[in-house]
Amino acid sequence: MKLRHLLGFLAVVATAAHAQLTVEITGAGANRMPIAIADFAGERIVSQALTSVVRADLERSGLFTLVDAAGQAQTDTAAVNFGDWKARGADALVVGSVGTAADGRYESRFRLYDIQKQASLGGQGFVHTTGQLRATAHRIADFVYEKLTGEPGIFATRIAYVVKSTGRFELQIADADGGNAQTALASREPIISPTWSPDGTKLAYVSFEAKKPVVYVHDLASGRRHVAANFKGSNSAPAWSPDGKRLAVVLTKDGNSQLYLLNADGSGVTRIATSAGIDTEPQFSPDGQAIYFTSDRGGSPQIYRIPAVGGEAQRITFEGNYNVTPRPSPDGKSLAYISRNSGRFQLTLMDLASKQTQILTDSAKDESPSFAPNGRMIIYATEIGNRGVLAAVSSDGRVKQRLSVQAADVREPSWGPLIK
Amino acid sequence: MRYAIVLFAALLLSACGSQPPAPEQNPAGVEDRTPHAATQPVPEAQPFDAFSIAGLKDPRSILSKRSVYFDYDAYVIKDEFRPLVEAHAKFLVSNPGFKVLIQGNADERGSREYNLALGQKRADAVKKALLLLGAHEDQIESVSLGKEKPVCTESTEECWAKNRRSDILHSAAHEF
Repeated sequence: MKLRHLLGFLAVVATAAHAQLTVEITGAGANRMPIAIADFAGERIVSQALTSVVRADLERSGLFTLVDAAGQAQTDTAAVNFGDWKARGADALVVGSVGTAADGRYESRFRLYDIQKQASLGGQGFVHTTGQLRATAHRIADFVYEKLTGEPGIFATRIAYVVKSTGRFELQIADADGGNAQTALASREPIISPTWSPDGTKLAYVSFEAKKPVVYVHDLASGRRHVAANFKGSNSAPAWSPDGKRLAVVLTKDGNSQLYLLNADGSGVTRIATSAGIDTEPQFSPDGQAIYFTSDRGGSPQIYRIPAVGGEAQRITFEGNYNVTPRPSPDGKSLAYISRNSGRFQLTLMDLASKQTQILTDSAKDESPSFAPNGRMIIYATEIGNRGVLAAVSSDGRVKQRLSVQAADVREPSWGPLIK
Repeated sequence: MRYAIVLFAALLLSACGSQPPAPEQNPAGVEDRTPHAATQPVPEAQPFDAFSIAGLKDPRSILSKRSVYFDYDAYVIKDEFRPLVEAHAKFLVSNPGFKVLIQGNADERGSREYNLALGQKRADAVKKALLLLGAHEDQIESVSLGKEKPVCTESTEECWAKNRRSDILHSAAHEF
């Protein structure tokens, strides 16, 4: 049994090494809560594989600092020496254990403590395989994050993105920390604009394999896909309605790039808006009532909003002469987009009520922002040293991360929904 | 691959260096020069019909030129490309069984989807010109590759200018 666990662990290491997306923390929040994640009791090697992911998740969020807890393996049932942890400076503590369940799988249990109040904030237990070690760690981190911040954690969510290497494009899916990367589609032709269905089971995207842009819907479990839009001309910019039943797309079948709605199976095409110029990059508001989009109807590309059933478009951006790629936050209160400032394309956030804007980055080639489902972070593509990388920034601009793949360009990120 | 069939003398085009290579061109096929090329007898000039199907493949025909370049943020066909567009229109009128796919392209600056729409405008500009010159709607499909298929990848104005482009790809109708 012990050997099986060891081999299982080696398999985890191999997967992690193969998953090329690496995360680097480049900025952190101002007031970070000190938290100690003690080594879990049980097999040391498995415990460390688990707790190292929990620690990395919480630290990467930028909201916590890790208090050194090495060598303090402690089960979730043992009495906590609150005075000792307080003396170490911890405000919160996670203890736990990894054991073997009756069926040979692992059983990981943990408990979270508030050190100041000397009280338990709850705990959980998971039965899991070696292959589910990372997923289990992400769920533990999500529990801790939600208890301590009051917001849902996003460590167990996934991201989709496109990796471009020489003559090859891959649509990949990875854990939010870049681990466990898998390829959903490989092509010699470009793939752009991947976007998750609200239930997390499908991706819609644009592929150029037919010498023109065509919109596909790809079922991730089966690997099967179908054409959602392939009309004469170009088909692009898919966006799911919040109920997952419909897609807003951009078609040129009637002339210019214009907005249409269709069912996810490709049927029932209706036009949303009519303009003499370019309308593109539709994106539903979280309540499904409105669609944000980019249009040059006023002479330069700006962001507009239109009722999802059609109607009069209202202009949202007025500063500058290039504001594109609108992405409303999950609470609908703010809008992330890309603005051009003195030739630099930068991720910008607008508070929709006050119209106040804030440039969140100091880079120059930002593209394709996508909110984490809890609204805390925004992932986007940018360029560093002539290479495409992904970066994430908190919506207050303080926490910054970078995700890159060696010897390849990464682009077109889309953050998946919360795992239920 | 349907459109790749009648792709002209791309080899000779790239050898003379006056045009950037088309995105569909296979780089492995570029090498056309032999060490003895200069010593070979120059073939006698043959009369040819510039607007025949053979003209599509003949580097002496204007039809072998099939790229229209645009200014930044612009979709107007410049005067220097009028003869090229007129030649392709004349070909389509003379050969109603042929079709063209017009692929519009944009430089790297800005949003991918917005650039896709810009490329579409460039393709549509060529399509509209061909229609005005007598080609039939059913003969033309205009699409965009946005900034996804650059022929030049440096961040320079020279490079960007090569990517702001519409390419005219011919195909016989039976291949559709």
